[in-house]
Amino acid sequence: MENFSFAQLLYLVATALFIMGIKKLSKVKTARSGNALAAVGMGLAIVITLVAPGLGIKLNWPMVAMGCLGGGLLGLIMAKRVEMTGMPELVALLNGFGGLASTFVALSEFWGRYLGQTDLTATAASSDEGLLLGGAVWAVAIVLSVLVGTVTFTGSLMAMGKLSGRLSGNPILLPGRHLIVAIVLFGGLYMGYLAGFSEVGDSAMYMILGLTACAAIFGVVSVLPIGGADMPVVVSLLNSYSGIAAAMAGFVIGNSLLIVAGALVGASGMILTVIMCKAMNRSLGNVLVGGFGGDAVAVGGADAADYEGVKSAGPEEAAMILEAATSVIFVPGYGMAVAQAQHVVKELGEELEARGCKVSYAIHPVAGRMPGHMNVLLAESDVPYEQLFELERINGEFKTTDVTVIVGANDVVNPEAIENPASPIAGMPILNTHESGTVLMIKRSLSPGYAGIKNPLFERDNCYMCFGDGKAFIQEMLIELKEG
Amino acid sequence: MTFLLMLFVFVLAIFAGNELISKVPPTLHTPLMSGANAISGITIVGALMCAQFAPDEGESVFSNTASILGVLAIAFAMVNVIGGFMVTDRMLAMFSSKKKKK
Repeated sequence: MENFSFAQLLYLVATALFIMGIKKLSKVKTARSGNALAAVGMGLAIVITLVAPGLGIKLNWPMVAMGCLGGGLLGLIMAKRVEMTGMPELVALLNGFGGLASTFVALSEFWGRYLGQTDLTATAASSDEGLLLGGAVWAVAIVLSVLVGTVTFTGSLMAMGKLSGRLSGNPILLPGRHLIVAIVLFGGLYMGYLAGFSEVGDSAMYMILGLTACAAIFGVVSVLPIGGADMPVVVSLLNSYSGIAAAMAGFVIGNSLLIVAGALVGASGMILTVIMCKAMNRSLGNVLVGGFGGDAVAVGGADAADYEGVKSAGPEEAAMILEAATSVIFVPGYGMAVAQAQHVVKELGEELEARGCKVSYAIHPVAGRMPGHMNVLLAESDVPYEQLFELERINGEFKTTDVTVIVGANDVVNPEAIENPASPIAGMPILNTHESGTVLMIKRSLSPGYAGIKNPLFERDNCYMCFGDGKAFIQEMLIELKEG
Repeated sequence: MTFLLMLFVFVLAIFAGNELISKVPPTLHTPLMSGANAISGITIVGALMCAQFAPDEGESVFSNTASILGVLAIAFAMVNVIGGFMVTDRMLAMFSSKKKKK
């Protein structure tokens, strides 16, 4: 073990901290300490790198200071200022930055080492990390790191745009998008190949820049056609990509800490992606091809005129229905996030509980725009964890429940999924709200949900449409309830 | 480190990751994602190494492409790390504070 060094040993400690951290992050009780453990691992990794970057490598402190202070401060401000409702966008943005950083690492390595702007041959020869990889592997790692990192970045920006409403949540279908995707993907890979194996000097540089541009376009055109409600899948997939990009950067600099940490993130992102896809009964490929839902495919879909015999209830009537109930289940959806109704929902829940009513919340895995979106919002408004139930655990209870209050959810409660095999959402696990005594559907209009299809629940005898803004409607209901 | 060894590490780590997090309660989907995202900021180590591509003595950092890219890499990785861990902690704090009240 001639290359053995104390710094390498400490990197191993950091690796262990990440593994323990991510394990703890997947259990409710230990999640917070898991996050802290991973943060300690990160701190350790940074300190080791600063103190002992490797034999013969000297770091330029102004560069380190500028980057760390600038980036650290920005991260601090962003984390402190974000509202819980803005969480999906922030996670997407940070994820994109991680990818971008991996791109820059590869580019900087390329410029510094490959283009030889800095003469490192002397130091590299004596370094235990330096150019050991050399040649082909190193070149491939640079290309992949740039590719995956850049796709993560621009893809995350698009996802963020869709999550924050700056971009339409509908699938944006560019003409000839499959062709564009094919051109930039293969063009980018070919340029990457040329940069790594054939061109030299400035010409290789242009190829690398071309690859970066192609990857950037690929990220944009591959996320644009994916609709807003499929974002949980996209966000977790991009999360996985950012891990892969970090692992590729690890191959570039020959550091196993980056490889392990990146691979862990890649795996966890992939697991979440699969969970999200299962919750919609769709394949990953089907989601990624895009075009699902939204206006574009609302063929044979629904608008208000298609509904017959819809009953509606005002806040007063709805409050009376709730007053008589002994058990109530709330079903939150993306509409609750948009209306920021989580606090009034919780107040209503408490009021009902005080009246001796049994209150629970049913959470569909893909409700909202990011994995676990509803859980975060309800946790923010202090809904007790014990009242939140997953789909499998609560679906049997609707039959014996007096009233179900649906706040801004639509497709995840659409009985078509189990009753009509020809429906686009057939087979998707839904919350069986239609089985409960009465359904109060709080919604702005009869417009279809994301899948762009009619929801026959609206026409059922036991369903009352409560038209209005979620927050305002529940507030009025609450006042009626308290006065009545 | 040789390429083959790195490939071993990479593949084994993916398997380890799969085993570690095979079952995640839905409550933790967002924090796990956000925490994992912070961990992907480990690319900061690579970014810091880029600070070896320093410009010549007495010249500005911004006179050299490699070092400009290096500074950007450090900055973006740092946003990812600091922002990621802090936001995750804020989220998890909401989950746990509620428990104590109960």
